[in-house]
Amino acid sequence: MAFEMKLKTGLAEMLKGGVIMDVVNAEQAKIAEKAGAVAVMALERIPADIRKEGGVARMSPTDKVLEIMEVVSIPVMAKARIGHFVEAMILESLGVDFVDESEVLTPADEQYHIDKFQFKVPFVCGARNLGEALRRIGEGAAMIRTKGEAGSGNIVEAVRHLRALRTQIRRLTTLGREELVNESKELGAPLALVEWVAANGKLPVPNFAAGGVATPADAALCRWLGAESVFVGSGIFKSQDPEKLAHAVVEATTHYQDIKVVSECSKGLGTAMKGLDVHLLKAEERLSERGW
Amino acid sequence: MLIGILALQGAVDPHGEKLKNLGIESRLVKHPKDLTGLAGMILPGGESSTMLHLLKLRGLWDDLKLFVSEKPCWGLCAGAILLANEVTSPNQDSLKAMDIGIVRNAYGRQNESFVSPLKPSSDWMDLESIEGVFIRAPKIKRTGSQVKTLFTFEGEPVMVQEGNKLASTFHPELSESNKLHQYFVKLCQESL
Repeated sequence: MAFEMKLKTGLAEMLKGGVIMDVVNAEQAKIAEKAGAVAVMALERIPADIRKEGGVARMSPTDKVLEIMEVVSIPVMAKARIGHFVEAMILESLGVDFVDESEVLTPADEQYHIDKFQFKVPFVCGARNLGEALRRIGEGAAMIRTKGEAGSGNIVEAVRHLRALRTQIRRLTTLGREELVNESKELGAPLALVEWVAANGKLPVPNFAAGGVATPADAALCRWLGAESVFVGSGIFKSQDPEKLAHAVVEATTHYQDIKVVSECSKGLGTAMKGLDVHLLKAEERLSERGW
Repeated sequence: MLIGILALQGAVDPHGEKLKNLGIESRLVKHPKDLTGLAGMILPGGESSTMLHLLKLRGLWDDLKLFVSEKPCWGLCAGAILLANEVTSPNQDSLKAMDIGIVRNAYGRQNESFVSPLKPSSDWMDLESIEGVFIRAPKIKRTGSQVKTLFTFEGEPVMVQEGNKLASTFHPELSESNKLHQYFVKLCQESL
């Protein structure tokens, strides 16, 4: 029943180095595509608004998803609630190109994530550390994005999660075979995947960053810390000039090693989204704590 | 010999690994200066609209256009779209290095992505069959008189050659075999 993993991770491979932007309607999707986004992510409300307005955040209404698919030629992703396999089935039937089983929406299942091997559509899942990443890959995720803190406009959590992942991966490569079984137990991750990471020094699927990217410099920082690309959520459409910022983030993501380019992209962008001090968030307000 | 890989976005790394397996050095190309001294160039898969956008921002467009008009190059999926003379669905600009017409996402969306064995069109290569990984793939709808078809799928060309240029709508960099990369390396060596 398992669909070709190669097709799933293959699409993730094609998205590398590109920027995936959150959009709630066709108009935003067109702005994103025109600015050079490699894909758009359809969701009901952007994370900053979910935070502000509260209530249950669900999959985007299907007519909105279809409207977005209609107007862009780039891949369309859409978010489903953690464990809500029916939302995922609906999104797959609409023909979306990637499903994000996302902690940004209100979880539908506090115990189990979706069995992603049962789907032809590839999934991306959030992770804060290596154990969480490998559990999701063990369930069939074709891409991992470090969670960061969505809708915060604050890059600190994304940095924390990227660094945790990188340090843990590096550590695995130094361990002997007999140590890996214990490591698998400690991480709560499948041994075969732990062994793969130890042998290859990277995740077996592409690894992007998300949660808190608000400026071109934030995007470039994520890439320096090992992210193969970035998701930008509230940052773009909560800024003063979304079109200009979208352009700038795309360029800074590609040319992250060229500080002259990143610096030029950072000019004249107006005010970035205000952002939150994540230390002032209560535990239940931290979206990254959702899922395990 | 040094082969360049256009590295604005997309499936860049798997080509570097393939070339490394064949003992060939590669260089990532992001700026015009990166083109100096390259024997050939791979334009990888990814999103053609994103690459097009980035190509035009920092002066790489004109230099790359000149490079691909002269030197060996291989465009895959989005890369093939960049090399084609005409692009539709939607219409977009291209480097116009090969006399082919190409239609974007012609099989459909990700749900319609597939893997299929492919047989060489004639005896141009001593090869039984190779694996074709098609991801939101385009279709080559028109081929000029100088264009040779190397592989077909359901009667339509999926890999073509025109002089020292190759275009394929599938992704050999995601399969085990090094054969097609070897073929491109040979084209580059012959053009030195």
